Amino acid sequence: MSGTFVGMPAFPTAARTALADAQLRHNLAHATGTIRGKRARLVAEVDASVPAAADGGAGAGAGAGEVGGWEQLRLAGAAVKEAALRDLGTHLERLEEQLTAHGATVHWARDAAEANAIVTSIAKAHGVDEVVKVKSMLTQEIGLNEALAAEGIAAWETDLAELIVQLGDDLPSHILVPAIHRNRAEIREIFLAKMAGAGRPAPAEVAEAGGDEPAVLAGAAREHLREKFLRAKVGVSGANFAVAETGSLVVVESEGNGRMCLTLPEVLVSLVGIEKVVPTWDGLDPLLRLLPRSSTGERMNPYTSVWSGVTPGDGPQEVHVVLLDNGRTRALADEVGRQALRCIRCSACLNVCPVYERVGGHAYGSVYPGPIGAILNPLLRGVGHDEQIDSLPYASSLCGACFEVCPVRIDIPSVLVDQRAQVVDAHRGSGPAGTPGRGHVAEAVAMKGAAVAFADARKLGLGERFAGLGVRVARRFGASAWTGARDLPTPPRESFRAWWKRTDGGRSEGSPR
Amino acid sequence: MSTMRVALMVTCINDALYPGVGQATVSLLRRLGVDVDFPAAQTCCAQPMVNTGYLDEAVPVVRNFVAAFEGYDAVVAPSGSCAGSARHQHGMVARRAGDPGLESAVAEVSPKVFELSEFLVDVLEVTDVGAYYPHTVTYHPTCHSLRMLGVGDRPRRLLENVRGLTLVDLPEAEECCGFGGTFAVKNADTSVAMGADKVRHVRETGAEVVAAGDSSCLMHIGGLLTRQRAGVRPVHLAEILASTEPERAPAAPSGGVGR
Repeated sequence: MSGTFVGMPAFPTAARTALADAQLRHNLAHATGTIRGKRARLVAEVDASVPAAADGGAGAGAGAGEVGGWEQLRLAGAAVKEAALRDLGTHLERLEEQLTAHGATVHWARDAAEANAIVTSIAKAHGVDEVVKVKSMLTQEIGLNEALAAEGIAAWETDLAELIVQLGDDLPSHILVPAIHRNRAEIREIFLAKMAGAGRPAPAEVAEAGGDEPAVLAGAAREHLREKFLRAKVGVSGANFAVAETGSLVVVESEGNGRMCLTLPEVLVSLVGIEKVVPTWDGLDPLLRLLPRSSTGERMNPYTSVWSGVTPGDGPQEVHVVLLDNGRTRALADEVGRQALRCIRCSACLNVCPVYERVGGHAYGSVYPGPIGAILNPLLRGVGHDEQIDSLPYASSLCGACFEVCPVRIDIPSVLVDQRAQVVDAHRGSGPAGTPGRGHVAEAVAMKGAAVAFADARKLGLGERFAGLGVRVARRFGASAWTGARDLPTPPRESFRAWWKRTDGGRSEGSPR
Repeated sequence: MSTMRVALMVTCINDALYPGVGQATVSLLRRLGVDVDFPAAQTCCAQPMVNTGYLDEAVPVVRNFVAAFEGYDAVVAPSGSCAGSARHQHGMVARRAGDPGLESAVAEVSPKVFELSEFLVDVLEVTDVGAYYPHTVTYHPTCHSLRMLGVGDRPRRLLENVRGLTLVDLPEAEECCGFGGTFAVKNADTSVAMGADKVRHVRETGAEVVAAGDSSCLMHIGGLLTRQRAGVRPVHLAEILASTEPERAPAAPSGGVGR
């Protein structure tokens, strides 16, 4: 079984370890760079598909500064999700009504424990000791595999990358490509060492020369998984979208292994976060255009599976849907942060993030890494009680690249700043014995001191004494953090304001002293 | 233009550490006919507090900011990051303070804050500022100027019109240098890893100068470069644009070009 993120160190500590892993950094730079390039070309294609000038009507000047095709699509996608979130209760009740009308059984779960108990009881009711799984972030979020294992039920991951992670007793490090930190040589070793213990062993050719060719590795996974597809009585999935109007769940994937899990078993259990609801069928239009371009860098994903409850004589005849909160209503109540619930898990923000590219996903200590994870984890779980979560909003240089690529226009930098304020506020007034370490206290003192100094120019100690203040502030933060790899600037002999005063703004004498 | 009241927002980092950048901005603006004023009451834009999560601490700083710059027609900053803070964050701080008077003062002042290249290209409508800088330069577009303010190709257009200057493209130019304010010390390892790649790209260009519109990013990039004894100088955009040919130098101050 795969590992757990519980007990991960705070981001700076985890990042330090990750940064030292040269193989990881090489793998990540290559993989994210490739996906970034594919996405950028498709976005340019969408923009180019928009006629240069509007079709008349709007009058002169409508062409030049007009919002391009991709931006229109982003606005449309964001609007669909925003409309769903604005009246979430109504849409969820409609979804339940439609699912029930189509023969599905709807369950509601407040948290991970409730959701895991529901899935476990369904599996037990059918007397199975294994289930096959479609790749699902939500089931990882709630630790479903571990919960099922505790009851003696094996949960087999069937997405190729998830299979690699599961066989390697590893942790996912990316939302879309969870084994992005592995290269094919490492994957070959995992298959050779672990496949036999989980079912059908890797074929002999994997061990031979050329055994790390993608086609050979994929072939080994195909044979290994087919046995499980044909045997399993219960399938477990998540959903990319849940259409309230028609009671339809949608799963978007590349491999077709998801389709196998959704159609072959007799029983299907789908776990759906309540933010996945899309009010109407039409709402899927912009989202299904945005998602593949933003995630895999494809115009369209190879497999889009849609099912509405039970179809007699075709596919699973017992269909369950578990609608899960697990912190989502907490996030919804956050005025600034609620926009994070628009996320369609495309991972474009990971691929473009300079921090993610260097440290990888594990450093974030969650199944949701990267910029979206840095806001989603604190929003779902709250701040002020866990040093690891509190470190996440700071795991960003606020460069803004994530917001620029987000297909549903989540202003991640603004949410990060707001989450930082919530972290600071959560520690206000708590003594040194509380969660804040010495670092928190030193920083708070430095910030308060700077606030007093910056509130009134006279307090800056006008003139020369101000020169070098920045260096003194840097020392207060811990000069070694800066100087470990960087020189500090040499403070000038005279500050700008001292020069201005002495020379009457340069009118009496030009050069600095 | 001559009736326009223009204030220099020098920024706390230039004031304290890089006075030459402020002097260059003054020299450049005067050469272009702008009688720029320096309101001595100014201190800092409050971004260090805001971006570290200390919003209460930012309130008095923003209050001081609007008091210092109220009444000017334009406020010019040789920094994309500090201009971005004034334009995009002060409103949020004022709302947090629950002070409608401060909110309206911010609403009045913040739209008048311009990053230097914006002021030159959009307000003064010049792209040739008459500068001379006989060096090979590569330009790093800082994140906040690029993505928060959207300065686009304005700095590039200004640099392309500098006589004697050879502009070379920086690979992966739009990727963050890793400074990020307190990120540089709170996540020093990651910050340095990002900076190492930025510096590698700078060195690949063969340029003698790496230019940018933010002294903070240049302090980080420059700190890495000098530690490596790389022989590449960080120079602020304002210092390049302020430079003129010695024999054609005006009587007005020409000082402050060095760092």
